[in-house]
Amino acid sequence: MSDLLLDAEALYLELKRGVQRLLTPDTALVGIWSGGAWLAERLAADLGLPCGTISSAMHRDDFGSRGLAKADHTTLPFEVNGRDILLIDDVLYTGRTTRAVINELFDFGRPARVQLAVLVDRGGRELPIEPAFSAARVSLSADQSLRLARADDGRFSFEVK
Amino acid sequence: MLSKRNPQLNKHGELIHLLSIEGLPRAVIEQILDTAGSFLSVNDREVKKVPLLRGKSVFNLFFENSTRTRTTFEIAAKRLSADVINLDIARSSTAKGETLLDTVANLSAMHADMFVVRHSESGAPHLIAQHCAPHVHVVNAGDGRHAHPTQGLLDMYTIRHFKKDFRNLTVAIVGDIVHSRVARSDIHALNILGVPEIRAVGPKTLVPGDLRDMGVRVCHDMAEGVKDADVVIMLRLQNERMNGGMLPSSGEFFKHFGLTPEKLALAKPDAIVMHPGPINRGVEIASEVADGERSVILPQVTFGIAVRMAVMAILAGNEA
Repeated sequence: MSDLLLDAEALYLELKRGVQRLLTPDTALVGIWSGGAWLAERLAADLGLPCGTISSAMHRDDFGSRGLAKADHTTLPFEVNGRDILLIDDVLYTGRTTRAVINELFDFGRPARVQLAVLVDRGGRELPIEPAFSAARVSLSADQSLRLARADDGRFSFEVK
Repeated sequence: MLSKRNPQLNKHGELIHLLSIEGLPRAVIEQILDTAGSFLSVNDREVKKVPLLRGKSVFNLFFENSTRTRTTFEIAAKRLSADVINLDIARSSTAKGETLLDTVANLSAMHADMFVVRHSESGAPHLIAQHCAPHVHVVNAGDGRHAHPTQGLLDMYTIRHFKKDFRNLTVAIVGDIVHSRVARSDIHALNILGVPEIRAVGPKTLVPGDLRDMGVRVCHDMAEGVKDADVVIMLRLQNERMNGGMLPSSGEFFKHFGLTPEKLALAKPDAIVMHPGPINRGVEIASEVADGERSVILPQVTFGIAVRMAVMAILAGNEA
């Protein structure tokens, strides 16, 4: 994988272009905790859109083995019923987090439409979930983890382990 | 009674039973309080339920009556999507020892996943935790004079909600400290969370000097006890104490230790007033105080459900 591909700031600009093409008058951005929430927050500021944060914690399918470790919250400061919800995530992998947050979203109401835009699609799906837009596609082995980091000045970078 | 390893924790230091606040690491208490914060917002959803305990069976085993505590555990378990079975087992002298364990063995055979236990004997939940199947979690909902850990935790949640930081607080606990499992759990939690001044306030018969061993300042004078306090926790005065000759009368207790607006004026201007309920108006607390703007008695009830959800969700996610 080249350094260019992992330039999170460049990918953010690409994501912003992609998201703009998906917008409707009823769109609200919902960032998936935590990396997606940072992205959604910045996109909402740049594009002037309503924005919320969503957590998969209450609906995870691996709760029995992983437990409840983080106190991350879902905050949706707008009416969910009838909205066009655009979910934002940093890395799309198995699709299990996406499945869990869609369930979480429906606990708050019935959106008109739900779409997904991500910074990086790393393949490896275990559920039939596809993003409407991804800024990049990369191949990683299963033992590698890729996650977004945010510096104090708000700049994004990727951590690969 | 406690073995070397805390029986509440697995080998990774994760909570598998909640039996007592004593000996819990600060990080575990903070995890419970943080998680409760997440669950508090479940009340604001269109669907007031999350599926974390879907398919699990929670048995409420109340060997001692307590409608309120049982109800809050029941609501908490149902908001987590568990199946809840309430067993009101009348208090009897045979409901202990082998009989207690036989009861538990029978319920385990019905595929229980969690026992919420209230018992008049100190240590009963501990005994059940030692003898139940490894996948079963036990929550102590009050045992004898020993502990009432979820009440202690919801009190800590309430204090943190209103006061933000524990490190500069003066907390006064007033009333029948010696017989109170709530006071014991509160004192352990306040010590673990780093509260610098904890006062135990009441007459000598109910607040003996040896409570100092628990790291509290003992006050037999109400004015001294509540002066400049940030938090005043009033305890329910149980009628049987009066019959037992420990107190002359409830009127006499109210005169000296009942929380009136005048006595509350000695505390800090932003002091909060707490009570585990049910309150005895005119015995330990004046109606003007219980219904006053500094009373957080009803928020305690709301927080109690979120805290019990947090405890059950965390336990269910950890393996022995």
